Amino acid sequence: MIAAPPLPLITETSAPFWEAAARGELRVQACASCGRLRFPPRPVCPWCQSFESEWPLMSGRATVWSYVVPHPPLLPAFQPLAPYNVIVVALDEDPTIRMVGNLLASAGGAINEIDPATIRIGEPVSVVFQQVADDVHLPRWVRAR
Amino acid sequence: MTIKDKTAIVGIGQTPFAKSLGGTELALACRAIKAALDDAGIHPSEVDGLSSFTLEDGVEVDVARNLGMGDITFFSQIAYGGGAGCGVVGHAAMAVATGQARVAVAWRSRKRGARASRPWSQTRDRVGGLGEWSRPWGLVRPVDEIAMLARRAMHEFGLTRDHLANAAVAFRAHANRNPAALMYEKPLTREDYFAGRWISEPLCLYDNCLETDGAVACVIVTTERARDLPQPPVLIHSFGQGINRQHQVMTNYHGDDPLMGPAWACQEVLWRNADFGPEDVKVAQLYDAFSPLIPLSLEGYGFCKRGEGGPFTDDGNIQWPDGRLPVNTSGGGMSEAYVHGFNLIAEGVRQIRGTSTCQVEGADTSLVTSGEGVPTSALLLRSDSR
Repeated sequence: MIAAPPLPLITETSAPFWEAAARGELRVQACASCGRLRFPPRPVCPWCQSFESEWPLMSGRATVWSYVVPHPPLLPAFQPLAPYNVIVVALDEDPTIRMVGNLLASAGGAINEIDPATIRIGEPVSVVFQQVADDVHLPRWVRAR
Repeated sequence: MTIKDKTAIVGIGQTPFAKSLGGTELALACRAIKAALDDAGIHPSEVDGLSSFTLEDGVEVDVARNLGMGDITFFSQIAYGGGAGCGVVGHAAMAVATGQARVAVAWRSRKRGARASRPWSQTRDRVGGLGEWSRPWGLVRPVDEIAMLARRAMHEFGLTRDHLANAAVAFRAHANRNPAALMYEKPLTREDYFAGRWISEPLCLYDNCLETDGAVACVIVTTERARDLPQPPVLIHSFGQGINRQHQVMTNYHGDDPLMGPAWACQEVLWRNADFGPEDVKVAQLYDAFSPLIPLSLEGYGFCKRGEGGPFTDDGNIQWPDGRLPVNTSGGGMSEAYVHGFNLIAEGVRQIRGTSTCQVEGADTSLVTSGEGVPTSALLLRSDSR
């Protein structure tokens, strides 16, 4: 089994997301024709079939849509962190745009510092970015103040 | 034109189910197929159609030359793992109904009893595809992906762990009557369920299917020919496949309504081509890699309204012999064996034959479904006399 946490295999399609994340920006793909957001990124707009897209800046505000608390057996990198949380957030700009993340106690915190019993579906969160590799800054979330 | 009642399942076969079996997946596949052909009273040289999972280790050419099959005129594979099972049988049925094959075999062989065989444990250091958007945050295993939907269903519809326990306890009770089941001699009480260790909250150990070595196969011919064969014909009344709008495999969090999965697309064609509806189904085998798939499937296939799949499992409703819809009467993936849901197809057939170890009295209709949460499929079976 791999020792380090798995990283994204960045592609031509996903590169704008990760390049923005490296600048501390949450950007989501949008159709350049009809303007509708879509995630994960893909080449064609399913609503108007346009192949043109842009990457507008999001506010970084979202709400918790659901969450889980994984326990072992896990990949070696996650095993010592368990139990930790994984959340899905719904972006304020469009609640059907949902992303997998983690809820942190602080911007530099670990994924196992929040008491899972305190996580509430619907609670507001704000994005933070954590660098985990040269080319990868993961968007994670802290409770909105 | 539909394939309604044009074909029948005339043979079923399986290997033993165990945590560890000798032999390759190919060898197990051949054993199950040979057993199914023997059950049907058909010689391997007559087989001219093969239908299988893309994940199958032993491919058509190997199966055909090992078992001494003749010229193969139809072969097809379906992807997406646990969603494929009923579709594999359905494709075989379509081939036979349209004359592309005369004797078709469908199967699944799988060795996943060993811990090191789990796909999640083979996650690479860089993950592409859908995993790019989940694995880096520690959402790695199938159970984590389904637990996310389960938690949301708890919030949105009031699904509870009690409902999930209803499924785990009922399926175990069924397995305790089935000598072929891995859990034949291992009872499970509600207290045991709640004492089970967490795997991915809100799901515990007993919300998960088993991991098994084993293979299951079935044989499909025209209904006309089926009437001359030794086993009572089990007619394929209707068959469906489904990928719902904006579906994403497993991490289906991105559509308008993630709790409406592929079952909702599949049920539409399944019932459209059938002469009867959910209220006429006497027994159901619902794909149960994880317990939350039971309430989601009960809703998707129209046995209750949206959000009522949890309460539907109350009062022993899915438990043999008194439940109004006995579900997974051989123990299912959670207590018989996990052969990617193909053992559910064999049990659906046994119910119509009248040979289940939890036989539902007068079971002349039977529903079998494949995995919800992935591109899926379902079969509606019936007796020749209904």
